[in-house]
Amino acid sequence: METTSKKSFITGEIMKSSILEAFRKLNPVNMVKNPVLFVVEIGFILVLLLAIFPNMMGDDNGGHLRLYNAIVAVILLVTILFANFAESIAEGRGKAQVQTLKKTNTVTEARVLLSDGTQVMKQANELIKGDIVIVQAGEVIPNDGEVIEGIATVDESAITGESAPVVKERGGDFSSVTGGTTVTSDWLKIEITSLPGESFLDKMIALIEGASRKKTPNEIALNTLLVSLTIIFLLVVVTLYPMTTYLNVDIPVATLIALIVCLIPTTIGGLLSAIGIAGMDRVTQFNVIAMSGRAVEACGDVDTLILDKTGTITYGNRLASEFSPVLGVDKKELIRAAWLSSLTDDTPEGKSILSLAIKLNVDAADEKKIIKTSDPISFTAQTRMSGLDMQNGTKIRKGAYDSIKNRSVAAGHALPKDLEGLVHQVSSLGGTPLVVTENDNILGVIYLKDVVKPGLKERFELLRAMGIKTIMCTGDNPLTAATIAKEAGVDGFIAESKPEDKINVIKEEQAQGKIVAMTGDGTNDAPALAQANVGLAMNSGTNAAKEAANMVDLDSNPTKIIEVVEIGKQLLMTRGALTTFSIANDVAKYFAIIPAMLMVAVPEMGALNVMQLNSPTSAIISALIFNAIIIPLLIPIAMKGVKYKPMSASKLLSRNLLVYGLGGIIAPFIGIKFIDLIIGPILRMMGL
Amino acid sequence: MWQIALVLGIYLPLVIVAGHYLYHVTMQQKTWLDPVMNRIDNIIYKISGIKQVNMTGKQYVLALILSNAIMVLIGYIILRIQSALFLNPNGIGTMEATLSFNTIISFMTNTNLQHYSGESGLSYLSQMLVITFMMFTSAATGYAACMAFCRRLVAKTDTLGNFFVDFVRVITRVLIPISFIVALILVFQGSPQTFNSNETVHTIEGNMQDIALGPIASLESIKHVGTNGGGFNGANSTTPFENPTVISNIVEMLSMMLLPGACVVAFSLMVVNRKRKTLFGKQGLVIFAAMSILFLIGLTTCYLAERAGNPIIGELGITQDLGSMEGKEMRFGVAQSALFTVVTTAFTTGSVNNMHDTLTPLGGMVPLFNMMLNVVFGGKGVGLMNMMMYVMLTIFIACLMIGRTPQFLGKKIEEKEMKLIALCILIHPAIILVFSALAVSTVAGVEGITNPGAHGLSQVLYEYASSSANNGSGFEGLSDNSTFWNVTTGLAMFFGRYLSIIIQLTIASLLAKKLWHSESVGTLKTDNAMFTFLLVAIVLMIGALTFLPALALGPITEHLQIRS
Repeated sequence: METTSKKSFITGEIMKSSILEAFRKLNPVNMVKNPVLFVVEIGFILVLLLAIFPNMMGDDNGGHLRLYNAIVAVILLVTILFANFAESIAEGRGKAQVQTLKKTNTVTEARVLLSDGTQVMKQANELIKGDIVIVQAGEVIPNDGEVIEGIATVDESAITGESAPVVKERGGDFSSVTGGTTVTSDWLKIEITSLPGESFLDKMIALIEGASRKKTPNEIALNTLLVSLTIIFLLVVVTLYPMTTYLNVDIPVATLIALIVCLIPTTIGGLLSAIGIAGMDRVTQFNVIAMSGRAVEACGDVDTLILDKTGTITYGNRLASEFSPVLGVDKKELIRAAWLSSLTDDTPEGKSILSLAIKLNVDAADEKKIIKTSDPISFTAQTRMSGLDMQNGTKIRKGAYDSIKNRSVAAGHALPKDLEGLVHQVSSLGGTPLVVTENDNILGVIYLKDVVKPGLKERFELLRAMGIKTIMCTGDNPLTAATIAKEAGVDGFIAESKPEDKINVIKEEQAQGKIVAMTGDGTNDAPALAQANVGLAMNSGTNAAKEAANMVDLDSNPTKIIEVVEIGKQLLMTRGALTTFSIANDVAKYFAIIPAMLMVAVPEMGALNVMQLNSPTSAIISALIFNAIIIPLLIPIAMKGVKYKPMSASKLLSRNLLVYGLGGIIAPFIGIKFIDLIIGPILRMMGL
Repeated sequence: MWQIALVLGIYLPLVIVAGHYLYHVTMQQKTWLDPVMNRIDNIIYKISGIKQVNMTGKQYVLALILSNAIMVLIGYIILRIQSALFLNPNGIGTMEATLSFNTIISFMTNTNLQHYSGESGLSYLSQMLVITFMMFTSAATGYAACMAFCRRLVAKTDTLGNFFVDFVRVITRVLIPISFIVALILVFQGSPQTFNSNETVHTIEGNMQDIALGPIASLESIKHVGTNGGGFNGANSTTPFENPTVISNIVEMLSMMLLPGACVVAFSLMVVNRKRKTLFGKQGLVIFAAMSILFLIGLTTCYLAERAGNPIIGELGITQDLGSMEGKEMRFGVAQSALFTVVTTAFTTGSVNNMHDTLTPLGGMVPLFNMMLNVVFGGKGVGLMNMMMYVMLTIFIACLMIGRTPQFLGKKIEEKEMKLIALCILIHPAIILVFSALAVSTVAGVEGITNPGAHGLSQVLYEYASSSANNGSGFEGLSDNSTFWNVTTGLAMFFGRYLSIIIQLTIASLLAKKLWHSESVGTLKTDNAMFTFLLVAIVLMIGALTFLPALALGPITEHLQIRS
């Protein structure tokens, strides 16, 4: 998955192969799958025959229509090619991804550990579930599995695109490995959990390749509508023929076919499958693998989002947010001591203390010298404190309240009166207090806070505007949970939650008719992931979680569920917008074609020629050209999806109606008039 | 103009009252008629062995179809042997086979297309036992279907309501009482109600003339209350005995508008929480508003076209100051005629108080278009169901535009439903266009057309639109009592009625069985002005797009020709 292909929308290579593919798809066996365009193809063949044998339909003086028929035939052919091209481009982008993936999926041999302890080499495709393999640095993991021994770094860039290697070890949430990824250091003993050809990577390739791309329920429903519209318009035009014959109005067959093609929803019919493929593709571009298109569609309907607190709403680590000195201590003194205590502390907490201190203008001039000359004291489970012993004998410590208190009292110092109050205040806010001492003299408290990721509050607000409720799950006590919930702006929270609580919340919400989405990674999340309508598992998570979910995030970023929901909505919106546009276009086409068609027999029809088009022939051909050209013009929208900003349904509807409904009525009036201005004189020169 | 405003002004409060009453009858809630009616109903249930058990959608449809089939069979036999039966003082002969077929389908489907003339083609027994009887039963059938449909949209189960109970209750508690009142008003206005034979009188000119009499008022009332439309006499409500005065004209219009509108009100009450007191539920109001907009567009067009008169007749020296009076009754004038025309086609009744054939081209296009849409209130019950198909289609497209999968009243509209909705919307134009094309391309069909050119085509389109929409009004001028026309219009009426009802109830059954989903600010609002606008737009788009070419060849060409 090259990063370049993520950005550019079409590469030259995809363009070239798509053009070829567009012609290959003209095969009627293939076209039948798209009934709207199949009708156009039949029309094309008929008109083509009429161009070659103008008198075929028993029209004695059909000869003068030869050129007209030929022009109509060419435009019809181009219409079909444009539609095929759109589909090919969408498929082409997926194919490029598959190529890269396939390259990584070509492991040949694996070192299998037999029960008697001997090692044999086996073909990767002969591995079965339960085989134990040993993979060493530089080797590719042959299939999906669980680490049962060893610790090693693994390069997962082949599937995640993330170049930094990940540590894999036995047990916990980092024990599953994916076939096709490379061990970069040390070695791993792995128990294989997939059959050959059924690995995660294989499934991913199959999905993107479109081999297993089933039409989604909504796509089928929309297709049904389009087919019915096609049948209606076929009926309208086919029955029109005897009526005109009865009235002695002579209409060339090519004109009737042009009328059919203009009226049936060729625009959306031509772009529908491209929209679906591109929608799935957008999810993939986000490094999320959707197991089915149905899951992506369901995303658009989500009413309730269930999010874990840690890692999703807050950073996994607590960060320093405030220094509170005890009475009689200067704040600057506390800051300096806190800074000193963390100089050799590499934990995220320690680093956050440093950066906060620097932000508060601590005197950091002698940093390097202190580090070089001091004795670092690291955190241990017994002491529950860390710090450093400086060259001048000053001992700086920071640590848990109890440990520091005992040490300070033991050293003969009196406890500051307001210390307990400060510590309690921090705890009640949901934070962790760290007490700082200098030579066992207590200076004050560092407030370590659960920090809500920036921008989340605003996003939750947007979600609320879209009608999506957010619920936070956390193991914290209710007080802490309430503080974080308020800060993050979620709609509800479950404190001290156990895994089974999650599934209960999901069931409750579903009983109220809500569609629920959640993210999870642990094995005990699996039932909840399966119960949720949309379950997004982290790639770093266990295989059980990944199996239960209907989407996997390769970057293991739980906040991504929000983007996925938006992509789901956008996919449906693109379909709706282009359908509306396509149907709205018909109004203008009618005003172009109907008067043109009848003007010869009923001159008064000229009154309906509101666009003042050059001639009947020019009107019909202009409408047809517009009908064809609009397809490639809309390919970018089909690929990228319509613009989407979270807002309430009513606002969204008015906006899209204005753009695609009203726009769909007006655009073809302008387009057809414009085309007529250009081709009118040309057609006149050609004698039409 | 003030006459039109007056009628519509009386209509609105009336329809809301009727809607509440209808809701109570349908949902088996208390009404003031209960003490009497419960006893009557129970006797009927006992005699006919009706067990009041809930039916599934499938059982309901089956009961509906079978009971209709039996009525068709009995009715057909009576028509074929009426000459030998009693109550035939005028000595009418038996009816020919294809005409009987056409007539019986026509009345069972609530169409009341008449290829016969009542005064010369039917005995009094047939008038009452076939025509009047079926006017009640066909209206009750359509109403029962509609209520079964609506109940399923708001229910969480498919097993509810009993066809026979609905059928009986609507006849005894709605149709008979209202018809009785209307009949009395008509008698008061001068309509005859007698079993005596026709009177033969000597005219001032010294000729002899037969004055057709009979049980006219009773037929007339249910003809309108049940949106039937079949007249006692061939000339329908233009004749002084069927529609004597302006007052009777207004009463007849209100009668036909009453129940189709009330169905929408009843539906709206079903959707809102049962316990809350509501005058008019929002969801129903939206649909009512959409229907009203379409109705008013048609009414305005028709009235203005008729008011403007016919320039060709103007050139002949006949003043068009009163508007186009050709084919209209002097006692009604342009305003009451235009209103009656639009009402009778919008509410698919099919009675006429003027000859639609002689309307100006655009004025005539309005009734034609009303029937082509078949959703501008529409016939009793079925109009609402047809509109619901468009509601669901609109929801489908609108939901996609906001990025949700389509959902109506908490139920998802998926592939299966969409297929049926599309099919249902397809049937109506298919019937009209295919049969019209057939008629103009066969000798048997063309023989019936009495006007050349565009107007002839309008006649054909009108006849099939009227059949398929189960309206029954004629453009007239078509000599339609021939095997070809009897059979084709018979089939058009049959398919237009039963295919739609079966499909619509199937859709309702599918939806009833579905999981219910909640609504939030993220779901589509289907009960606001925006949705009304969208619904009207979709109806016009699909309707106009489907019929525009045919209309362009017929009325639009004719209009442009007489105006140029």
